[in-house]
Amino acid sequence: MSSKAYKKPPFRFNKNFAFLLMVLPGFIWLVLLKYLPMCGAVLAFKNFHFSRGGFFQSLWDSSWCGFQNFYFLFNSHTAWVITRNTILYNLVFIITGTILSLAIAVGLSEILNKRLAKLYQTCMFFPYFLSWVVVGYLLFGFISFDKGSINSILALFHIPPVQWYDDSAYWPYILTFINLWKNAGYTSVIYLAAIIGIDKQYYEAAEIDGASKWQQVRFITMPHLKGLITVLTLLAVGRIFAADFGLFYQVPLNSGALYPVTDVIDTYVFRGLMYTGDIGMTTAAGLYQSVVGLVLILVVNNVIKKYDKDSAMF
Amino acid sequence: MFNYLKKRKILEISKGSNIILNLIMLILSLLCIYPMIFVFMISISSGNSIATEGYRLIPSEFSLSAYGYMFKIGQQILQSYGITIIVTVVGTVFSVLITALFAYAISRDDFRFRKLFTFIIMLPLLFSGGLVPFYMISTQLLHFRNSLLGLIMPLALNSFFVLILRTYFKASNIKPLIEAAKIDGAGEFRIFFQIVVPLSLPGLATIALFTALAYWGDWYNALLFIDEPSLTPIQAMLMNIQTNLQFIVQNSSSMSAQAFEILKNMPTDSARMAVVVLATVPIIFAYPFFQRYFIQGLTVGGVKD
Repeated sequence: MSSKAYKKPPFRFNKNFAFLLMVLPGFIWLVLLKYLPMCGAVLAFKNFHFSRGGFFQSLWDSSWCGFQNFYFLFNSHTAWVITRNTILYNLVFIITGTILSLAIAVGLSEILNKRLAKLYQTCMFFPYFLSWVVVGYLLFGFISFDKGSINSILALFHIPPVQWYDDSAYWPYILTFINLWKNAGYTSVIYLAAIIGIDKQYYEAAEIDGASKWQQVRFITMPHLKGLITVLTLLAVGRIFAADFGLFYQVPLNSGALYPVTDVIDTYVFRGLMYTGDIGMTTAAGLYQSVVGLVLILVVNNVIKKYDKDSAMF
Repeated sequence: MFNYLKKRKILEISKGSNIILNLIMLILSLLCIYPMIFVFMISISSGNSIATEGYRLIPSEFSLSAYGYMFKIGQQILQSYGITIIVTVVGTVFSVLITALFAYAISRDDFRFRKLFTFIIMLPLLFSGGLVPFYMISTQLLHFRNSLLGLIMPLALNSFFVLILRTYFKASNIKPLIEAAKIDGAGEFRIFFQIVVPLSLPGLATIALFTALAYWGDWYNALLFIDEPSLTPIQAMLMNIQTNLQFIVQNSSSMSAQAFEILKNMPTDSARMAVVVLATVPIIFAYPFFQRYFIQGLTVGGVKD
């Protein structure tokens, strides 16, 4: 019997109990703010009406309606518009963002004066830290109708001022530009760190063989970054159904005239919740986004796993 | 970060390309910081010069009245600033505490339910119930409406940070120290607070920075939960000013009584931009100090087991 007592590690229960106490605050938080809302998604399958007994009583009392909310959602023109906008914008952001941040990272790594390179990096990283509200104000300074500097410049060339916040034609470009402005510096930091990690002997050998700087970038730097580019791109593809709410809500100042080109799933759900009040259909739109997002992430993770096992998320 | 290049003399680009490259990077850098400078210049432009010539980088007339105005009748601004500071400080401390505790527990190989809780923290990264159920639970069950909890709680735990910290705890070489402390009879909490935390300060600082920035820049939770002016953080206040302005522009033809009321209390152009400057100044001043930590955090790499 005594040998059994030796095998058993002492205080086993106490230790696990201590660890359980450590995860407890986070666990309660997760249950309340993540897992309960997940269960609350049943709203999407209910014909929700507020009744007297408060929200939970109403939820209980509301009748089931199967996929009716989804049916209404997909039969509206909006479902198509918001899906198209979300996916197209994210695709454009992924492509332009990757190219520009790679270019910045390679450029910064080649600049001779390293202090200047560091200074440039600091400047380009800066917009990332601004909130979307502040970015909205910064843009307003340029494209405000009566006082913005762009219209003042147009006036110098006798071009009539543009109602920027009313004309949807410009906004795909403006949003793409703003997204690059805010995020390219940030992504380039990740790429730059990877470039610095490349063994210098490759470049020395190439130099001796007479490779030009372009050839070195093309045949040494890029192949070394291929793994990182693939992983970052795939991760972004996994999130292609989730739009950056701040960019699409704050930067166009929630201007109604621009909805056809600025409305994404996230802004649609938000307005449905706050103004329209069609709880069932709005929940359905949110759930549609979550489910497609989940499928995309699982697919992408499997693709990454095949390509580069260490970079997979799980 | 750039020291490695010192011994790369033969690999340097030509002087001409260097100048061109510097020029491009200079232009991009200016593009990134110019809007902030522009907004600052608007904030010190006089009302007259804005009315006659619009926003200018160098206005014909300077004035500090926007800042004077804010400190005189800017009760709301001070209040909002205070709310933002309280939320940022309390939120960051609370968040780092529960994040680190959770991350540490699931980083320990001898925690029996490690796998289960790792799954519990990861699942929200993959799937969410969406905004509507979250909003309903937050307002109906947790009473976040017009409460500081509504500003602090939603950002208090981020699965991603937990996973980053877990990797950090695993990678750092504290295991022998933990074993030694155990032999000396220290309890798990004592080990965590007296050994793990002091030795993991760089990692914790990085997470704290990410979190503090998220709290400082947050307007989303205020948009969802707050309409009481005394509880409105600075970013949300800026947002509300802009919303009111839009309201006036859209209803300018039929100037309603409500629009007049808003217009009367509306800060001038330069005062609005001065609030933008005030909301951003702490970040600008802290920026050079935290940039290093931020880059460290970004390049920590995988969050995998």
